[in-house]
Amino acid sequence: MAAAAAAPGPGSGPGDSPEGPEAEAPERRRKAHGMLKLYYSLSEGEAAGRPSGPDPLDPTDLNGAHFDPEVYLDKLRRECPLAQLMDSETDMVRQIRALDSDMQTLVYENYNKFISATDTIRKMKNDFRKMEDEMDRLATNMAVITDFSARISATLQDRHERITKLAGVHALLRKLQFLFELPSRLTKCVELGAYGQAVRYQGRARAVLQQYQHLPSFRAIQDDCQVITARLAQQLRQRFRCGSWATSHCRWAPRSAPPLPPEFCLPALHLRLPSCREGGSGAPEQAECVELLLALGEPAEELCEEFLAHARGRLEEELRSLEAELGPSPPAPDVLEFTDHGGSGFVGGLCQVAAAYQELFAAQGPAGAEKLAAFARELGSRYFALVERRLAQEQGSGDNSLLVRALDRFHRRLRAPGALLAAAGLAEAATEIVERVARERLGHHLQGLQAAFLGSLTDVRQALAAPRIAGKEGPGLAELLANVASSILSHIKASLASVHLFTAKEVSFSNKPYFRGEFCSQGVRESLIVGFIRSMCQTAQSFCDSPGEKGGATPPALLLLLSRLCLDYETATISYILTLTDEQFLVQDQSPVTPVSTLCAEARETARRLLTHYVKVQGLVISQMLRKSVETRDWLSTLEPRNVRAVMKRVVEDTTAIDVQVGLLYEEGVRKAQSSDSSKRTFSVYSSSRQQGRYAPSYTPSAPMDTNLLSNIQKLFSERIDVFSPVEFNKVSVLTGIIKISLKTLLECVRLRTFGRFGLQQVQVDCHFLQLYLWRFVADEELVHLLLDEVVASAALRCPDPVPMEPSVVEVICERG
Amino acid sequence: VEDDMASVDLPSDARALTPQTAETDAIRFLVGTQSLKYDNQVHVIDFDDENNIISKTVLLHQAGEIWHISASPADRGVLATCYSQGECARGGLTGGGLGQQRAELFRAADSKVVTCAAVWRMPAELEPGGQESPEDAASPAHALELLCLLEPAMPRAPLGAGDGKRVVSLADSHILLWDLEGSSSQATLASSASLEGKGQLKFTTGRWSPHHNCSQVATANDTAIRGWDTRTMSQIYCIESAHGQLVRDLDFNPNKQYYLASCGDDCKVKFWDTRNVAEPVKTLEEHSHWVWNVRYNHSHDQLVLTGSSDSRVILSNMVSISSEPFGHLVDDDDLSDQEERRLEEKSQEPPQDSVIATYEEHEDSVYAVDWSSADPWLFASLSYDGRLVINRVPRALKYHILL
Repeated sequence: MAAAAAAPGPGSGPGDSPEGPEAEAPERRRKAHGMLKLYYSLSEGEAAGRPSGPDPLDPTDLNGAHFDPEVYLDKLRRECPLAQLMDSETDMVRQIRALDSDMQTLVYENYNKFISATDTIRKMKNDFRKMEDEMDRLATNMAVITDFSARISATLQDRHERITKLAGVHALLRKLQFLFELPSRLTKCVELGAYGQAVRYQGRARAVLQQYQHLPSFRAIQDDCQVITARLAQQLRQRFRCGSWATSHCRWAPRSAPPLPPEFCLPALHLRLPSCREGGSGAPEQAECVELLLALGEPAEELCEEFLAHARGRLEEELRSLEAELGPSPPAPDVLEFTDHGGSGFVGGLCQVAAAYQELFAAQGPAGAEKLAAFARELGSRYFALVERRLAQEQGSGDNSLLVRALDRFHRRLRAPGALLAAAGLAEAATEIVERVARERLGHHLQGLQAAFLGSLTDVRQALAAPRIAGKEGPGLAELLANVASSILSHIKASLASVHLFTAKEVSFSNKPYFRGEFCSQGVRESLIVGFIRSMCQTAQSFCDSPGEKGGATPPALLLLLSRLCLDYETATISYILTLTDEQFLVQDQSPVTPVSTLCAEARETARRLLTHYVKVQGLVISQMLRKSVETRDWLSTLEPRNVRAVMKRVVEDTTAIDVQVGLLYEEGVRKAQSSDSSKRTFSVYSSSRQQGRYAPSYTPSAPMDTNLLSNIQKLFSERIDVFSPVEFNKVSVLTGIIKISLKTLLECVRLRTFGRFGLQQVQVDCHFLQLYLWRFVADEELVHLLLDEVVASAALRCPDPVPMEPSVVEVICERG
Repeated sequence: VEDDMASVDLPSDARALTPQTAETDAIRFLVGTQSLKYDNQVHVIDFDDENNIISKTVLLHQAGEIWHISASPADRGVLATCYSQGECARGGLTGGGLGQQRAELFRAADSKVVTCAAVWRMPAELEPGGQESPEDAASPAHALELLCLLEPAMPRAPLGAGDGKRVVSLADSHILLWDLEGSSSQATLASSASLEGKGQLKFTTGRWSPHHNCSQVATANDTAIRGWDTRTMSQIYCIESAHGQLVRDLDFNPNKQYYLASCGDDCKVKFWDTRNVAEPVKTLEEHSHWVWNVRYNHSHDQLVLTGSSDSRVILSNMVSISSEPFGHLVDDDDLSDQEERRLEEKSQEPPQDSVIATYEEHEDSVYAVDWSSADPWLFASLSYDGRLVINRVPRALKYHILL
């Protein structure tokens, strides 16, 4: 039947399986499995679940359960040609043979296995029987042993009880003996000074004696003991007091010894340091006394009062010595040493006292703790006052590192008592002091920066005022500016670095919230850096507020330099400094800080004011020259002009000098496109004077109306000139401002005078000369035209006999001079 | 704003302007012209407040170009001018027709300009008010009648007389006090004082104080301001370097006797308490060029008017130093609650000085501004090109001050 596996059944032949040989193996296995299942009549449904398999009900399926040979044969005969029939016949025969041989092998093998299994089972049965016998023997032996053991215990019972009783009696006797010997022992102990031992004895006996005091003998012993104990207590007290007197001259640690690391402060109590050199009982010994007294049942409250009083005496001694170090005239040790002394002396002592107190009087409860806290608070505040006085002396010094180290030590020292005595608030107070000092340092640095700024300004003034050595130019303005800027920047950096010490990781207080937040943002950034920049701007502005009234109080060059400095700050330096600050002091605080833009705006405003003021001052200088030249001359009786007046040359020279000066610091700026060859322009009184038309009062009918109209139209299109208008940050704008001021002054002065014919001509010549040289400095040369036009026109108006000079002559004169 | 303003163009340059101080009904200003080539005139400017019409009357002032003009506070027909004239013209001041010759005179090689001051009387028919229509300005104008001559004097000297009987003139470094007698027809030099110091000291301007029974005068020379007691002609106080540059004008607060305003070439207007002259009480810096004129309003001294050569006129409200206490009307009981609250709110605001308005109608430097003596809400300003502008205080502010 298995031959069907190889038969070319529909869809199952190996040849037409699309999966090829790999899919063949599982397919066959499944088929075999299926057949086994079929054999054991497992569910047909499962077999039916295979969709691709042949229909199990198909009677022509060789492997199917419902195979019908007749049908199959019929089918073959009907469907297959002869050759194929022959082939399938041989094939089937071959398969049948193979199956037969397979079956034989299987039967043979199974038979062999069955025989060996039977052998094994027989052997096992034998072994079990032997084991059962041995178990039985073991049970009997155990029974015998139990029996013997019971008999022995019964024999020993009696003796055991007796021994127990005897032992009890012995112990009792020993106790009694101890009691009887107690008075003498105590006496001996007291004599030898072994107080501890004595107190222990007393403690052990006390309860017993108390219990049996109705018996006369015990009563006697108790009385004796009480007498001795009283003596003992007295002695202890005495010792305690003496000790306190003795230790007032004693130190916990030698002066020169290096300060103990704070970790050692607490254990120091238990180490029994050999520090009490003068033989008195030191603090530890005293503590021992107290301990013993307590054990003797002395009143704890009284003891703790006394204890604290003694401790106070010692600590006050410490404070006094610290105060002595402060002294009225300070040959004082440096601040580091001072805090070391304070730390090792006072704080160490306080630590010991506190630890001892807490150990001894723990039973006192909150009331005792409160007493200690008050004690620590009081002494602590005195100590802080001393430290603050010392730190105040440090305010003037420039060095931060020593101060920070001292503060660090001071703060570190107080952490131990702070932890011990949280209620006394020592650590908080210490932190407060540190904060205050840090704040004061910030203030100090701010002052330092301001002083540095003023100092560099003074340097600049000196450099500017220094007489120029012939042939050798002094330092240029640009150089001075660079010097000032770099010196301020380096000072700022130094201050930042110095202040940065306060936030260094290794400093114990740097992780306090104040130093992480407020100190960085409000302190360093706001009050130091922003404060400095602001004060710098204010200082600079103050130069504007005392204007030229006091003469040359501020050299104009300084104004110019400051203005450039502020402008540089606005463009770059402020953001650089603030970035630097923010980087160094990672500001975690959320509190609002001044934004860079605000500061920049302030700096820009300052720069603008300074520059405007510079323009005013320089304009005033030139104005004064022009005004003097107009006011002091008798214009009616001047001679015919031959030359340009010297003052005009001076004006041009000065303007050129200012141009050079401003050019050193400011960029050129933008000019309006040049309209024409302006230097060739000559003033003709009649063409430019808009006022010509108004010479005709209403009752003189010969008014040259057209000129009037013309000049008014011209006026319409020319813009109003704002003389003292704010300037921009470039050279042209500055020069324009100065020239505007000067020429407007000239105009106003001319209007106050009366000119003769030659006076007018002189003005004409002067204005032409100015025109020749000034146009190049200004942004819009039209402006110079306008103003000079107006000057000449006003002069013509102020002249009863206006006969202008020929333009060609004017030109000749100007070119000559 | 347009309806608050009226303007007129004079045919000549002008620097001198004054209200007709003694006139309290009509709004009238006097303007002196400045011309070297033609006859100078005093224009009497009348302003019809209701119709916004300006009318003017021309009076000849042939003596010379007028630098300064002031009206008598007592007699509205009397005015004083400072003027300059050619040397040779001085002989015949009372005569007419000199104008035509003056141009000739100046051509003389040794010609010199001399400045004088004189007191004049306006022709009688003008006094009731300017009925004369401005159209017939071409008709022969009336001339001023010379009352008396004060010489020598500076241009821009103050000639305001306290009670109409006294006149002060400034001549270089001298201050001269004159008594006017016989209805101002004669002036006698009562007393004088002079500045002493290094260099050539020159008075630039001066002003009568309306307080202390008109016994005080303030003057300015260079950057200093000095106060004088006219009874003894001695200096009372001196503000050295009151301004960074030349002081151009002064005015006294009409209601607070120690308060003085000054202005100058440093573009600033400063307010002083003459009892403590170390520091100005207040400084204004609104103009962009020299400030030529400063005037307190005669009734409401928080209103301060300034004129400058930046062609602007600025009206400022100096509440913080005025004599009118802020919110002084709040204690009225019959105000309704709402009103009261509103007023209270207002009074809680601190008084703030501010610029009320900047007037930019002028195209040339403004050399003179002044308040009308008849209407406290009206003022005139005069620029060099001869344009006279009359403005009113903004209505909102006016009601704010009145209510």
